[in-house]
Amino acid sequence: MTLFIQQFFNGLSLGGVYCLAAIGLTLVFGVLRIPNLAHGALYMVGAYLTYFFLTSAGVPYILAIALAALVLAGIGIGMERVVFHPLRNAPHTHHMIAAAGAMFFLHSLVQAIWGADFRRMESPITGRVEILGTQVSWQRVTIVITAVVVLIALTWFIKKTVHGQSIEAVEQDRVGASLVGINPNRVSMLTFGLAAALVAVAAGLVAPINLIYPTMGDVIMVKVFAIIILGGLGSIPGAIVGGFTLGLAEAMATTYVSAVAGEVIAFVVLILVLAIRPTGLLTKAVQR
Amino acid sequence: MKLTFSIRGVGALLVAAALLFAPLILAEQNYLLRVLITGITYAIAVYGLNIILGFTGQLSLAHGGFFGIGVYTMGLLTTDYDWSFWSALLAAIVLTTVVGFLAGLLALRTREAYFAIFTMALGLIIYMVISRWEDVTHAYSGVLGVKLPEDIGPLDFSEPATYYYLLLVFLAAAAYVTYTLRVSNVGRRLLAIRTSEDLASSIGINVGLNKQLAFTASAGFAGLGGALFASAEGFIGPNSSSIDLTFELLMFLLVGGVATVMGPIVGTLLVLMLFEAFQDFQAYRFILLGPVIIALVIYAPQGLIGRLNQLTFYWKRRRAAAQKTAAGAPEQNSPADPHDEKTEVR
Repeated sequence: MTLFIQQFFNGLSLGGVYCLAAIGLTLVFGVLRIPNLAHGALYMVGAYLTYFFLTSAGVPYILAIALAALVLAGIGIGMERVVFHPLRNAPHTHHMIAAAGAMFFLHSLVQAIWGADFRRMESPITGRVEILGTQVSWQRVTIVITAVVVLIALTWFIKKTVHGQSIEAVEQDRVGASLVGINPNRVSMLTFGLAAALVAVAAGLVAPINLIYPTMGDVIMVKVFAIIILGGLGSIPGAIVGGFTLGLAEAMATTYVSAVAGEVIAFVVLILVLAIRPTGLLTKAVQR
Repeated sequence: MKLTFSIRGVGALLVAAALLFAPLILAEQNYLLRVLITGITYAIAVYGLNIILGFTGQLSLAHGGFFGIGVYTMGLLTTDYDWSFWSALLAAIVLTTVVGFLAGLLALRTREAYFAIFTMALGLIIYMVISRWEDVTHAYSGVLGVKLPEDIGPLDFSEPATYYYLLLVFLAAAAYVTYTLRVSNVGRRLLAIRTSEDLASSIGINVGLNKQLAFTASAGFAGLGGALFASAEGFIGPNSSSIDLTFELLMFLLVGGVATVMGPIVGTLLVLMLFEAFQDFQAYRFILLGPVIIALVIYAPQGLIGRLNQLTFYWKRRRAAAQKTAAGAPEQNSPADPHDEKTEVR
C-alpha cells in the first residue's frame, strides 16, 4: 500500500507535467489547426533555460522557471511569426516539415551552447514530506502544486479575460471571430507564446527529477500527442484528464509491470485509440 | 512538348552519367565513394517516401522505422543466422512490405495530422523495439560484420566500385518505378487523392485501396534501402531506425522535390554533400540546415527539381506564345498555371 501511494504521487507529479505540456499543444492545435512537431524542442529549451537561470545566473528556482517561461514565450511568438504564419494557407504537410526544421535547429543550437552531455540540475527544493504514511519528495509536491496553480490561472485567463476569450473564439470559428473584430493573427501569436510558456514551466518543474539533454523533448512530445489525441485535439479539459491519466498509468505500469512497459504505454495507448477511433477519442465536432 | 521532354531528358541523363562515371572520377577517393554509396541507399528509401508523401500526400513519419526494419533484417540474418546476402535482402523486402501493409491497415484509417502523429508513434515503437529488445537485436552494442553480396562470376562486391554499381541498378529500378508510376493511371489516381480525397472518391477512385497500396510499396522501398545500407556499412545500430532519420529522409525529399522522378536522388546526394562540407561541426549542422528546411517549405515547397520543372514549363509557354504571336494567331488561353502542375515528370 505504501508503494502504491508513493507511485500515486509520482504519477500525479508526472501527470501535472504532462498536462502543462499537453495544454500548450492542444491550444495551438485548436487555434491554428496544426500539430506543432517542435513542441518537444520547446520543452527541451525550457529545461535548459531554467538550468541556465538557476545555475549560471543564480536566480531562485521558481523565479528561474518564470524567467524561462518568459523567454520561451518570446521564442514561441517568434516561431509563429517566422515559421507558421507564412505557411497559414499551405497544405498540412508543410507545417509539419517546417516544424521539424525548427526542431532540428533548436536541438543543434542547444547542443552548440551547452554541449551534448547529459546534465543534472540540482533542485534547491530538497527533503521529503510524509503524506498518508509515505515519504514524498518536496520536489514532487512542488510540481503538483505548481501545476494545479498554473492550471487554475490558465482556466481563469481563458474563461474570464478578453484575451483568453478571444483564443476560445478563434478556436471555435476563425472567420466568425474576425467578423466580430478579433484579430486572428494576434490570437495565433498569443496562443503560441502561451503554449511555449506553459511547456517551459513543465520542463522547469521536471528538470530536477530527470536529466537534461538535447533530445529530451522527442519522446515526451509523442507522449503529449498521445494525451491530446486521447483527450480530443483542441480540448483543454481533455488534455488535463489525459495528462493525469497517462502520468498515473505510466507510474503504475513501471512499478507493477516493467520499466519498458511504463516507457511504451503512451505509444500503445496512442495506437489503440487511433486504431479504434481514427478521429481521436472524445473529439468534439470540428468543422473541416 | 517535345522540346520540354528533351530538356528534362537531358537533365536526367546528366545526373545518370555523373552517377555512372563517379567511381572512375573518384578512383583514389574511396571516402567520397563511400559517401555516394550511403547516399544511394538513402535515396532508395527516399523514393519510397516519395510515393506516399509526394504522390499520395500523406506525411508518413514511420519511414525511419521501416528503414530500420530493413537494416536489422539484413544485419541480423547475415550475421547471427548466417543467411546469404541475397536471401536476406529478399527477406528484408518481404518483411518491410508485410509490416507496411499491416501498419497501413491501421494507420490509413486516420487522416491528415492524425496520420502523421500515428505514423510517428509507429516509428518510435519500432525504434524502441530495436533499441530495447537486447536478446535479438543486441540493442545499443549493435552488430558487426554484416555481409556484402556474394560474388557473382567475376563480380567481386567487396570492391567498393562494384558494390556501387550494384546499388546503382537498384536505384535505377526505384527511379524507373517512380517514372512509370508518374505516367500511369495509378500515379494519376494517387495525385488525385493528394489533391482531395473527397473529390477523388467522387470520381470513382478507391481511395482506401490506393492509399494502402502506396503505403505498402513505400514501406517496401524503405526496407530495401535499409537492407542495402546495412550491407554497405557492415555495422548496424539502433540509430538507423531513429525518428531523426525519418526527418533526414524527409529533408532529402523536400530539397530534391516531391513527386518528381529525379528529386529523391538529387536531393539526397546534394544534402549529403552539404553534410560533408559541414563535417567539422557535424553536430551543429542543423543550425544552418534547420532554417534551410523552413525556408524551402515556405519559398520553394516544390524543391529543386520541381522548381526546374516549373522554369521549363514557363519557358515552354513563353516560346509557344512567341510562336503564336509571330504566326499572327490571337493568343489563346494560356495553359494551366504551373502551380497546378507541380507534379510534372522530369
